[in-house]
Amino acid sequence: MRLDLVPRTRRSAVLDILAPALAFVAAVLIGGLVVAALGVSPSAAFVTYFVAPLSEVWSLQEIALKAAPLALIATGLAFCYRADLWNIGAEGQFVVGGLAGGWVGVATHGSGDAPWILPAMLAAGALAGAAYALIPAVLKVRLGVSEILTSLMLVYVAQLLLDYMVRGPLRDPAGYNFPQSVGFDPAARLPYLMEGETLHAGVLVALAAVGLATFVLARTLFGFAVRVVGASPRAARFAGFSDARLTLSVFAISGGAAGLAGIVEVAGKIGQLQPEISPGYGFTAIIVAFLGRLSPPGILVAALVIALTTIGGEGAQIDLKLPLDLTRAFQGLLLGLVLGADVFARYHVRIVPGGPSGRTAS
Amino acid sequence: MTLDIVQMVLVTVLAAATPLILAGLGELVAERSGVLNLGVEGMMIFGAAVSFALAMQTGSTLLGALGGAGAGLGLAALFGLLTVGLAANQVASGLSLTILGLGLSGLVGANYVGIKRDPAPHLAIPGLTDLPGIGRLLFGQDAFVYTAVALVAAVSWFLWRTRAGLTLRAIGDDPVATHALGLKVRRVRFLSVLFGGACAGLGGAYLALAYTPFWSPGMTAGRGWIALALVVFASWRPLRVAAGALLFGGATVLQLHAQAAGLGLPGQLLSALPYLATILALVLLSLGRRQGGSLAPAALGRVFTPSR
Repeated sequence: MRLDLVPRTRRSAVLDILAPALAFVAAVLIGGLVVAALGVSPSAAFVTYFVAPLSEVWSLQEIALKAAPLALIATGLAFCYRADLWNIGAEGQFVVGGLAGGWVGVATHGSGDAPWILPAMLAAGALAGAAYALIPAVLKVRLGVSEILTSLMLVYVAQLLLDYMVRGPLRDPAGYNFPQSVGFDPAARLPYLMEGETLHAGVLVALAAVGLATFVLARTLFGFAVRVVGASPRAARFAGFSDARLTLSVFAISGGAAGLAGIVEVAGKIGQLQPEISPGYGFTAIIVAFLGRLSPPGILVAALVIALTTIGGEGAQIDLKLPLDLTRAFQGLLLGLVLGADVFARYHVRIVPGGPSGRTAS
Repeated sequence: MTLDIVQMVLVTVLAAATPLILAGLGELVAERSGVLNLGVEGMMIFGAAVSFALAMQTGSTLLGALGGAGAGLGLAALFGLLTVGLAANQVASGLSLTILGLGLSGLVGANYVGIKRDPAPHLAIPGLTDLPGIGRLLFGQDAFVYTAVALVAAVSWFLWRTRAGLTLRAIGDDPVATHALGLKVRRVRFLSVLFGGACAGLGGAYLALAYTPFWSPGMTAGRGWIALALVVFASWRPLRVAAGALLFGGATVLQLHAQAAGLGLPGQLLSALPYLATILALVLLSLGRRQGGSLAPAALGRVFTPSR
């Protein structure tokens, strides 16, 4: 038996949308089998994961609040991945952004309600995230060091740095030695969108970023350069697009987006610095980026889907005693299936019975 | 007396290096065939969880170790199907494997958190193992360590002294030309990926069955990623992978001692050292070969679809 892949001459828009949708269905079916093996009714699990979170106002807000950082980070990552560059350290850039922005919040604690505090925090977060992402980018451009490994290693460093700062210099002096900073002043918090609810303005930041990225990728020369470099590096060189400048730019963009997501989380939901500020958003965003086919509008949809499964997973842990790791395994499986399904959109896949794989007479 | 202290240090260094040697060698073979599998961390931790669960169920360390290798192999088969069979992007597929492996390991290991098991038995040859200074180092290790050492020799021999090894390296450098010669590019790549998975799983099994020996979520703590960096650091050569792993094991042991001694440095800085050292090693390596060009397999990370 042999698997033949024949490139499609033109991509079909229907398949482009159908492939990830089918991958999602396949992942749900496989997940159902696993749930059944764990002794839980798959239909009950399906309702808990995918239906129950959609039926209440508070859980809908939670989905939006989880989807916002995911969409923000993944939108930035899409620039990198489109250009065939692999920043997989968004988690670290998220943490550093949250730390830098949070630092501003701690430093301005008790200084009144100046209107510049919140913008300064957001700017500090985005800049710190961008600067942190530039480390692997510069090492790659100048020395040819693999950006994959350095960006990932820096995640661990960032987490330890935050841990140190929160237990050391930034700890609340009146906090009974708890490893956390002071709670931010109201002027250092993102405003809530509705009275008495949890939804905050970070959701709007994410929406704005998705809109901006859509425009930049589709309508600007820079967006064009990103797409060309990824699709055909040779053509990009002939067109005169600078490889080095592009590498630095897309890393700064993805790091900035992740850093902004970090400070949005800290100034929005958390309201202070803690040893841990991310439940793995930076890694989950990689799944979101691919699930959304590296296009900002697709990423927005994917972020909502992944957020839904995460909230559903929390519900399943409480109601059905299903472990949270099931959600993570499901998300990993989903990414794998999406990547596999993509092949059917790019190639005609033929299974040829008999005959050895390899050389065929033409 | 001092000789015994030296030996004690060397034994701990070797123990810290063993999982890196195992996982690094496996990844080296996969990368030599042209496939970059970033899922090492996932295969490793899944191997750790499965091996511990199996060893607890059957009471057999050997079955546990085999189960761990099998678990890594199973995940690698998925990866191979995606990247070799379906020509999916290797980087993204590897990441999905890591996430999947982390999740699955949590599911498998959930019932075993906090349980300790006797470590894998160490070799004991009357007379030899008690030799002062070298006995425990040479004749008192567990089977994982000996397997790792044997694998270094075996992989070196295979890649540079056999026809199949030459084929494998040629495929990693130029799949199109080797395909034109009638070599089975996709089959060789798939088998290389499987070997890499089994090695990573075995490395994980070593952590759970001999090194710690217990199961805890996330216990690989980035070792899979460090193994990936080691392969680059070693310029894709098995002996250098072993040497790099030993250096790294030494750094880990040093860090533990520094932490215990309390040098006044923040513990977080010491914990960050392995990761910073990895970055530094990669930087120094590329500084050292500015004019030499890359030593990586030429087709590393690029998918191959046979054309007719």
